[in-house]
Amino acid sequence: MSDGALIALTAEAAAARIADGSLPAAEYAEAYRARAAADRAAADDGLNCFTWVADSVGDHRAGPLAGVPVAVKDLFCTAGVPSQAGSRLLEGYLPPYTATAVRRLEDAGATSHAKTNQDEFAMGSSTENSAFGPSRNPWDRERVPGGSSGGSAAAVAAGLAPWALGTDTGGSIRQPAALCGIVGLKPTYGSVSRYGMIAFASSLDQAGPLTRNVRDAALMLRHMVGRDECDATSLDYPLEIRLPAREDLAGVRIGVPAELTADGIEAGVLARFSEALALAEGLGATIEQVTLPTAPHGLAAYYVLAPAECSSNLARFDGVRYGHRVEGADLTEMYTRTRHDGFGREVRRRVMLGTYALSSGYYDAFYDRAQRVRTLIAEDFARVFASVDIVATPTTPTVAFRLGEKTADPLAMYLSDYCTVPMSLAGIPAISIPAGLVDGLPAGLQLAAPAFKENELLDAARALELALAFDGSAAYV
Amino acid sequence: MSDAARYEAVIGLEIHVQLSTRTKMFCGCELSFGEEPNTRTCAVCLGLPGALPVANARAIELGLMIGMALGSELAPRSVFHRKNYFYPDLPKGYQISQYDQPLCRGGHLGEIRIHRVHLEEDAAKLIHVGASGRIHGSDASIVDFNRGGTPLAEIVTEPDLRSAEQAGEWLRLLRTTLRQLGVSDVNMEEGSLRCDANISLRPSGSDALGTKTELKNMNSFRFLERGIRAEIDRQREILEAGGEVVQETLHFDPATASLTALRSKEQAQDYRYFPEPDLLPVAIDEAMLAAAREAMVELPAARADRLERELGLSAEAARTLAFNAELGDYYDRALAAAEVDARALANWLSDLVGRLGDERTPAESSVTPAALAELVALVEGGEITTAGGRQVLDVLVREGGEPRAVVAAQGLAAIGSDDELAALVAAAIDANPDAAERIRSGNAKAIGPIVGHVMRESRGRADGAEVARLVNEQLGV
Repeated sequence: MSDGALIALTAEAAAARIADGSLPAAEYAEAYRARAAADRAAADDGLNCFTWVADSVGDHRAGPLAGVPVAVKDLFCTAGVPSQAGSRLLEGYLPPYTATAVRRLEDAGATSHAKTNQDEFAMGSSTENSAFGPSRNPWDRERVPGGSSGGSAAAVAAGLAPWALGTDTGGSIRQPAALCGIVGLKPTYGSVSRYGMIAFASSLDQAGPLTRNVRDAALMLRHMVGRDECDATSLDYPLEIRLPAREDLAGVRIGVPAELTADGIEAGVLARFSEALALAEGLGATIEQVTLPTAPHGLAAYYVLAPAECSSNLARFDGVRYGHRVEGADLTEMYTRTRHDGFGREVRRRVMLGTYALSSGYYDAFYDRAQRVRTLIAEDFARVFASVDIVATPTTPTVAFRLGEKTADPLAMYLSDYCTVPMSLAGIPAISIPAGLVDGLPAGLQLAAPAFKENELLDAARALELALAFDGSAAYV
Repeated sequence: MSDAARYEAVIGLEIHVQLSTRTKMFCGCELSFGEEPNTRTCAVCLGLPGALPVANARAIELGLMIGMALGSELAPRSVFHRKNYFYPDLPKGYQISQYDQPLCRGGHLGEIRIHRVHLEEDAAKLIHVGASGRIHGSDASIVDFNRGGTPLAEIVTEPDLRSAEQAGEWLRLLRTTLRQLGVSDVNMEEGSLRCDANISLRPSGSDALGTKTELKNMNSFRFLERGIRAEIDRQREILEAGGEVVQETLHFDPATASLTALRSKEQAQDYRYFPEPDLLPVAIDEAMLAAAREAMVELPAARADRLERELGLSAEAARTLAFNAELGDYYDRALAAAEVDARALANWLSDLVGRLGDERTPAESSVTPAALAELVALVEGGEITTAGGRQVLDVLVREGGEPRAVVAAQGLAAIGSDDELAALVAAAIDANPDAAERIRSGNAKAIGPIVGHVMRESRGRADGAEVARLVNEQLGV
């Protein structure tokens, strides 16, 4: 089979062909491995999607995903393989164990031969905060792929991986998926184990799939969910994730929150959003205006809570036991130099913000208040979901921006997550699917559902995906 | 007014107890008892990237048992917090502890009120290579993570103690209680029981609290009392000189009995406590309470009550036996070995303790509980006299053995026949004609020399009351 024909296969289709013997697993995996290795070798001439690519494809287990390679975001610990979370501090770090989410995919037969680039410790919306250089958007190499799972998104969009594993804290799967014209799903908080994910903000981090279509997202998620003894916050997923087959939206009530669909959203993005809603109506959905009055405060709450948690989560990177160390005259100097030198600017900024927010005398004004905002946002969603099945918004306010365009203005960068953060704070599942192009660049449609309603969410996303008929093949390299 | 009376010491204790679980507080590593350094470790207790804590259910159960034993209020819902600070013995850069929602609140042991009991994890062990043995001035420090993550219960008293001696005595009672509960080895020298003291002075009769200092590192009962005494003296000298006590943490050096300041209030750490997002709140259910209740044993206070009410011991004797678990156990075993009067047995045990002095306890002596019980039975049955019994006890303490065999070997059996005793009495009257004459003339108190003569001649085998009766009979009074 030609490379082009292999790349055109969805992961689901490839798994089926490997299973029926019409596609040799080694040939399929090697085609992707070689493409990933070529991107890595191309350095600045490539997309810089990968931080590590294996020299050869390994064995795989029997199972429903047998032989299908998955690109894994750098921050997942994979035994004996560099797992650096995009940070200089963890450059060359080889964990002794494999993250549960990765292990479950491997148990289902998937292989992994590549780790993908990301913003350092998942802090960023452009992958420009990686210690290993920015990734590029395959739709326009002068633009960012989004972040923090930018390497995963760009790799899937460019046909350098059939699908990829990412993590989402405030939008880190959905936003790059939108900017790269692919599907990205953030599951219900607690449905996928966080064990082995190098933590950014524990109460928000969730692993999820980045794929070329909705059925692949469902397929990957099916093999990731479930209680893990090693993660006290993980939960038994109440039912099996189905592969969505629905082609209409009859009886589905879609709520459109004014707060996330008006101010600050680019006209082109809004246009694609409106067209998608019109298509949904054509498929039988009813569209209702709803209100999420607290949602606009989500970003402010998020930028207290996530930095607060990260300031503590990143304290273990002290140069004592592993990773980068810069010697000093005494212990304090060793700590200071190691962390100053090992962390990039954005990480240092957030550690400082979080340290401040948790400080004695400021806790009530910042952390506690932000937690209360979070509760109010969750209550907003609960109220809205009493009358609608799905909430729809644009995934991001803009299409992919230029490399360097927002690096000097962190607040502008933070606004990229304006539409995705509220769902993260509420812990509910949300998916981004391509809604079309704006001047040749993809725009995303975000759909959200109540906790553990992934099946209903995937059904709606699948029906819309079929109707939208987005073709992302122009981005293949 | 004496110096000691002018000021009153106000002392509260903070006790850390290593819990006797099989595994650590937040991971599956077995607890370490002197194994090779860094052999009882895993990704979790080494703070490796991506690792997550899972709370040890057994540790929570032991914590509940402590709460029950102290009469504390058991929180239906308690929360683990992160206590953030950098130190090489703290691999995550934070200690998982409890803050404003501890497992147990209130309670008392004896007259001393308990403030709270909470659970946390122990730090690793730092070994400073170099002359001082302290981190400052050492050439290098090495870390053994075997101890890191050991479950700890922290028990905090109200400031109800008033002297070093009282603090020592109360801590012994706590140790006995915890040992009987089986929740800990409670060994101060080995560090499974550690105690810090908060100390302040105030003018006698005042209700106000003075500025307190915290005294650390007293790793034996002797050092605890010595350290508190030294600190009380130090504070008194400051106050008498018109100075002010500075709030600070002091390190007691047992070698020199000196106190060194570790840090003052100005340098106090801001621990930036916040709820541990990797763990769910601890929700106590009926099954956990039942398991803890099931595992409870008779505690000193309950034992004292039983000894006093059911066995009729004096309050003092009951306390002595109950608050010294080993002695209490000895007593219970002796009581079970023979049908003897409980009070008489307590008296004989007290006699034995007196004979042994400080060198040995009854359990360590050659007198078995069964032998003591048999001795008491022999006295009660009239087979030997009380004085004879004391002689038997002397032999048992010296040589061990069976009381009945000692009685036979030493010829200590009570003089049974009236004829033999009557002859001894007649001989004694003959030998003391003056005393006999005074008795005849109505001076009953003059009987002493005659009875003493019989006792000497019979080597204690005669019953004093019977001798007196016979003397009066033979003299016709």
